[in-house]
Parts: sequence; structure tokens; C-alpha cells
Amino acid sequence: MRKLKTLIMATAAASTFATAALAERGSDGNLNIAYWQAVSILNPYLSGGTKDIEASSLILDPLANYRPDGSMEPALATEIPTIENGGVSEDLKSITWKLRDDVVWSDGTPFTSADVVFSANYCLDPEGGCNAASNFADVESVEAVDEHTVKINFSVAKPFPYGPFVGATAPVIQEAQFKDCMGAKAPECTEANFGPIGTGPFVVDEFRANDVVTYKANENYRDPAQPAFATVVLKGGGDSAATTRSVLETGEFDYAWNVQVEPEVLDQMMAAGKGEIISAFGTSVERLMVQLTNPDPALGDKRATIEGGPHPFLSDKAVRQALSMAIDRDILVEVGYGPNGQVTCNVLPAPEIYASTANDACKTQDVEGAKALLDEAGWVPGSDGIREKDGVRLSILYQTSTNSVRQGTQALIKQMWQEIGVETELRNIDAGVFFGGDQSSPDTFQKFFADIEMYTNNFDGTDPEAYMGNWVCSEIPSPANQWIGNNMPRFCSEEYNALSAEMGKTASIEKRAELAKKMNDMLMQEYVIIPLIHRGRVSAASNTLGNVVLNPWDSELAFAEEWTRLD
Amino acid sequence: MLNYTLRRLLFAIPTLLVISFIIFVILDLAPGDPTGNLPLTIPAEVRAKIRESLGVGEPIHIAYFKWLRGFFVYEPLHWLDQIGITIGDPSERARIISYATRGPVFDLIMERIPQTLWVVGLSYVFGILIAVPIGVISAYKQYSWFDQLGTFISMVGFSVPTFFTGLLMIVIFSVQLQWFPSVYDTTLEVNSWDTFMLQVRQMVMPVTVLALYNASQISRFMRASMLDNLTQDYVRTARAKGMAEKVVVLTHVLRNSLIPVVTVIALGIPTIFSGAIITEQIFRVNGLGQLLIIGIQGSDFPLVQTLTFIFAILIVLFNLIADVIYGILDPRIRYD
Repeated sequence: MRKLKTLIMATAAASTFATAALAERGSDGNLNIAYWQAVSILNPYLSGGTKDIEASSLILDPLANYRPDGSMEPALATEIPTIENGGVSEDLKSITWKLRDDVVWSDGTPFTSADVVFSANYCLDPEGGCNAASNFADVESVEAVDEHTVKINFSVAKPFPYGPFVGATAPVIQEAQFKDCMGAKAPECTEANFGPIGTGPFVVDEFRANDVVTYKANENYRDPAQPAFATVVLKGGGDSAATTRSVLETGEFDYAWNVQVEPEVLDQMMAAGKGEIISAFGTSVERLMVQLTNPDPALGDKRATIEGGPHPFLSDKAVRQALSMAIDRDILVEVGYGPNGQVTCNVLPAPEIYASTANDACKTQDVEGAKALLDEAGWVPGSDGIREKDGVRLSILYQTSTNSVRQGTQALIKQMWQEIGVETELRNIDAGVFFGGDQSSPDTFQKFFADIEMYTNNFDGTDPEAYMGNWVCSEIPSPANQWIGNNMPRFCSEEYNALSAEMGKTASIEKRAELAKKMNDMLMQEYVIIPLIHRGRVSAASNTLGNVVLNPWDSELAFAEEWTRLD
Repeated sequence: MLNYTLRRLLFAIPTLLVISFIIFVILDLAPGDPTGNLPLTIPAEVRAKIRESLGVGEPIHIAYFKWLRGFFVYEPLHWLDQIGITIGDPSERARIISYATRGPVFDLIMERIPQTLWVVGLSYVFGILIAVPIGVISAYKQYSWFDQLGTFISMVGFSVPTFFTGLLMIVIFSVQLQWFPSVYDTTLEVNSWDTFMLQVRQMVMPVTVLALYNASQISRFMRASMLDNLTQDYVRTARAKGMAEKVVVLTHVLRNSLIPVVTVIALGIPTIFSGAIITEQIFRVNGLGQLLIIGIQGSDFPLVQTLTFIFAILIVLFNLIADVIYGILDPRIRYD
């Protein structure tokens, strides 16, 4: 018996070795990926959306990537610089990256610190329209210490100095290719923007803008055994249901990005048994923003500003709290999101060390409690059942972007609020207008000419400092700052500002987590933001794909070099 | 006839200029922002910089003249360049650049034309080939079972939208039977028998869906036109003279009946180029129709402006062609 066992073990071990030996570059044939938004450009710095950044992450590498668990892993660097290893200076004003010396570009030329310096200057050029500029915020200079060492200097202390060159939004581009494409010339370099030379696992074979990208394995990739696939086809277009079907039902594709399909349709597709749904939860939260200032059109220029005065009823905390208590978040998840969502009571739900547990009461709906709260605050039902006080009716204009799931959520919440005597008028606005920054449009989410608005936001990477900084007083959008700002509720608290400032000076991760939680709890307990659903990234992967783990912190394709074909 | 054609062509120029200006104004007034699809994590200041680098928000007259110059001067010069005639300095030319791809709009359009012509054009040809015989037989044997069946099928083709027939075909032939691919591969190069068969297989479903739609329209026209002519005096005369029925129907009646149908067909040709937006989207043919939709969704105004204007040119042009063909086919009509 024992002998048999050993034999089995030995065979198993042998077969593992066999597969390991088989995994050589290009041995697994072709990989078909479907994106329902077609790729427009392969230069991530000039891209117009996530799809472009992800498509270029197969070609270009940053200095470090985020792993699916949120940790950082060096890509073109040898290690992650920290204060402990001397990579980050004591005053937090500089970070020094040591680069690998064995990396070459796909055209065979060596990768050096000059390329890193160039990439930073490329993005920092004020005329270039670089969309990763916020990654390079407060960067004063980037210098090449030697051929394989780069030092990035910040103008202020940066407790989290991993903005530049970490993650797919800010990779390294080749100086030789882009040196004539700086600033205003950036958009003119079509050839370079359509086929960047990279250090990543794949190189562009053919690119048809807004349609399809074909890649082949990079012969000069730094790991000789990777990538396992010889070619990749990334096809764009259609809609999310169609791309998901092509993986789960017809099996024509191996991977479908960003599945947004109603849960019951998804179940039908899964029944075909060709693939599975993979999901991972990052920091995206679908939330309600509560308008604390008065959006009354009669106020003219002062509409929805601090000067215009407080909101007639939402400035009452009891009303805000009652609105949150009346919502049954479980139903919202079940109807609209399925595997794509979880109930959350925090605007900062992840990474784990930052997630507060102080607000979990919101997970259960409490209609009676909400009613009691409103009664106590003097809001009593009028003749039509809608509560009022001193002639002010609890009548809410609730806006969001046009999207079938969002309209479903709106309808459900309207019903729930009806139960506690709050009247709701629903409105939806085309996403391009709602999220677009058109100054002349009254319908942008920054202007927020409504009482409640709903959308999803998140933050890049794993550090919440900038994200939590969204709700300081200076971030309030107003005509004075061309309505630029992220503090949609117009929440202003000295205490919050102080916490945010302190976080900017604190390096210790535990202390930062404590501060972030405190800020989160403050927003939650003031009910100026009502979190609804922690939204995951959901994609569909064929059963024949191996090593696919959905990455919520970086490009979904950031580790595609590790993907393999199972037999 | 030549005079008439030239006069119409000259008239077309101011018409087209007015059309282009109207399109431009409408797009300028339309809400939308090319940075609207960027992740929300990108701050508004950065978005403002991006818009500035794209040239969004220029005064409308400047933007319009830049576009006109691009369309009528720089683009033709660029194409002359391609065939070896260089006028001026190529590096000075500001071609029309798409917001989303930062590449020249015309290159995008040229890339899309093959699949659109293959799929949508072929479906139009098939549609005509099916429609004409059905129309002729239906009219000749009015109220027969064939006519009833033809009427039924064309009503189905008319009233059932392509997004339904398309999905139905995908569910039956791709999901259940797995005969045809549901996704069109635009990079496929036909260079052998096998790749030719692949091309045929991937074209079957979109072409069928569109051909059904086109055929149902044209067959109704053909039938109506045949019915009109079959009761004419000259038909009776021809029969009285003892001509064979085949000659009467196929030579006399069919020829005369085709005159209005040819006009309808010519007027429909521009719609081939504007693509079958929905069908292209369903089968991911990614032709001109899908390009237009992506442009609209992404607020890529240079692309949308250029595409709609090209469609306008085609419509004006084919209107003229239809009129000219009418004159050629029907000696009773003279324009001079």
C-alpha cells in the first residue's frame, strides 16, 4: 500500500515537472481576449479609457506592478524601495529605484535609467495632455543617478511615493521611440502611439484602432520561459453580453473583460459549462452623494454653493441618516449586481487594513428606526403621506448616469424611501455628459443640481490618501474653481481637514490606516455619503485558461505572461 | 444630359458646404466630453489639460475652418502623396485627427471600408438578386401561394429588427449548432482555400440577416412596379401580336418595371457605406457603422463630423446618379 502511495506521489511529481518543463515561451498557441470597448490607442498616457491602458499593459511595463492581493511586485526594478532598505529618504521627499540591468526593449536595445527619466518628462510636459499626470503629482525632478538607478524627487513629503511608475497607468516608454513626441507633438506620433516598443511580454503585430489588436510574444522578454502564449488577439466591440457569451457559451474567446450582465442572464450562460466568472474586489463603491447646499434654481449663480446656504432638509442629519437606514442593500445587490457586488457601509472598503467595521449597522434595513428618527426630528407625514416640517416637504431629486442597472437601483430606492414618507423624483443623464466636465452643461456630477446623486468611484493603487483627500473643504466644486473638485456633498469640517493634513505627513502604515478609518467613519456617521455597494471587477475566463487571477489593483492583463493553456 | 449633370454637380457644392456647417454646429452644441470615459480617478485639472491638448473648446469658426482645410486641402494632398505626387511639405499638413486614437481619421475610415463593403455590400447584392425574381413571380402570379409566401417573408424581413434576427441566428448557429463564428475576424487574410472558407463562414450570418432585410424592401417595390406594368396596353398589344409569354414578361414588362426599382436601388447604395450599424455591432464586423457609433459614444467629434459628411456626399452623389440613370433608362424623360 505504502509503495503504491509513493509510486503515485512520484508520478504526480514527475508530471508536475513535466508541465513545468513544457512551459516555454510561445508553446501555448493563441490567446483570444474580448473587450466590449474597442481599443483606440496603445499609448496609455494618451488613452481615453481603461481599455486602452489594459491593452497597452501587455506591451509596456512599469517599474512595479500590483499583485492581485494588493502587494507590489517589482517588474523593471530589482526591489520595492522602502525606508527600511534605504530606497525612500527619511524626509519622505525622494525615492530611489534600482533597475534590473538585464532588461532589453523588444527591439533589442538596452533599457536604462534614461528611459525612465524620459517617461517622467514626457508625462510632466504641460502641453502633452498626459492622463497619468496625477501619478506624477508633486514630482519635482527625476534624475538618473547611474545607468540603472533612478531618483525621483518630490516637492513635498510623500508618505506613499509609489505614484510614478507603479501600476499600468504609468509605465516606462522608450526614449528612442518617443523623443520627438514630447508635449504638443504627442498626439501626432501616430506610429509610436499605435505600436509602442516595450519591455513587456508581448509586442504589437497589427493594430486596427477601435477594432482589434494582435500581439506576438516578445522575443526579448526578461523571463525566457514567458509568455506561454505565442500570439494574442484582443478584439473590441459589441456589448458586454455578447463578449461574455463568446467565452461562456460559444467558447470562441478565452477571456472577456468587464462583465456587466444581469445575474439571471449570467446563470443561463454559465450553464453551457465552457467557462467561469471570476471576480475580485478593489475599491469601487457605488454611493449616494448627499447635497448639503441648496440646489434651488432660484438662487442663480449661488445654486449648489456654500454661499447659497444650506439645503432645506438634507442639512438635517436625522433626514440623511433615515435615508440610509431605509435602504435594503441586500436587495440592490441581488437584483442588480449578483457576483459583481457586496453590501458595504464604507466609502473606503479596501484594502483590508483600511476597512472600518464601525458602520456595519447599515447592512440591515431598519424602516421602523428610520421612521422613528424622522418623527423625533419633527418631520411628520402630511395629508399625502409625505413628511414635512415648517412647510418643507421631503421631496428628493435623485440623479445618476444612464445605465440599466443604475435605473433599477434608483427605482428600488425610490420605493424604499416611499415607505418612510419621502418622495423621490428620478432623473438619469447620459454618462458622457454626467461625468464629462462640460462647463456649459448644468447636468455634470460636479455641479450636482439635485438633492442626491449616485455613481461609483474608486482610487488607483492601494493608497487612499488622495482619495480621502477628496472631502476636504478646498475640494468643494464652485463657480470660483470652474466646478472642479471632488467634494460633491460640499462637506466641510475643520476636523476632517486636520486628519487629511496629518495623513500627508504620516509614513507608518498602521497610523495611516487609523487616520483613513477615522476619516471614513466621520463621513459615514455624518451620512454625507451613503455607501451602497462594494463593486467588484468581474470578468469571464474559459475553463482552458490556467493561472488567471483577476487583479483589482492593476491592469487585468498585468500578469498575462503567466497565463497558460490547460489541456 | 451632360449639361444637366454638370449643373447639378455645381449646385451640390454649396449644398454640401451648408450640410457640413450644420453638422458642425450640431456637434458643437451637443453635450459630451472626450475625456468622459476616463476613469474617475483622473482629476479634473488633468482632464482640462487633455481637452486643451486635443483642441476642444476652440472658437467654432476657427475649428470649422481648420476642419474644412483638413478635409478639402490636406487630405487630398496626402492621398496624392501616396501615389507619388508631392505638393508642398507633407510635415506641415494638419490632417484631421481623431480624439480617441490620435490618428488620422481617414486612415481609420480606409481600414474599415473593406469589411463594410464585403459584408454590407454583398448583402445588398444578394438582396437584389433574391428580390427581383421574387417580385417578378409574385406579381405575375398575384395572390398565388408563392405570392402569399413572398409577402409573408418580406413582411417578416421588414418588421423583425436585425438585432433580433441577428441574435436569433447567433443562438441557433453559433451557440447550439456551432456552425458559424459569432465574431467577425477583421484581420483574416484570404490567401488560400481554407482562409477563403473561413471568410465565407464568418460572413454567412451577417450577410443573411442584412440580405433578408434588403430583399424584403426591394421585392415589394419590384412587385408593385410589375403589377403596374402588367395591366398596361402595350402588354395586351404584345400578347395580341402573338409574342411568347416569356418575351412579354421578361423583355417588355420586366424592363419597364425595373426603371423605378433601379432608382430605389441606387438611392440605397449610400446606406451600404454608412454600414448597418446594429448588425455590425452584433457580429462585431467593426466596419464604418461601428466606427460611427464608437465615435459618438466617445464624443470623438472630428471622426463623427468627417464620417457624417462623407455619408452626406454619398447621398447627394447617388441622388444625382439615380436621376441620371432614370433619364438613360427611360427615353421619355429628358432633363434639358
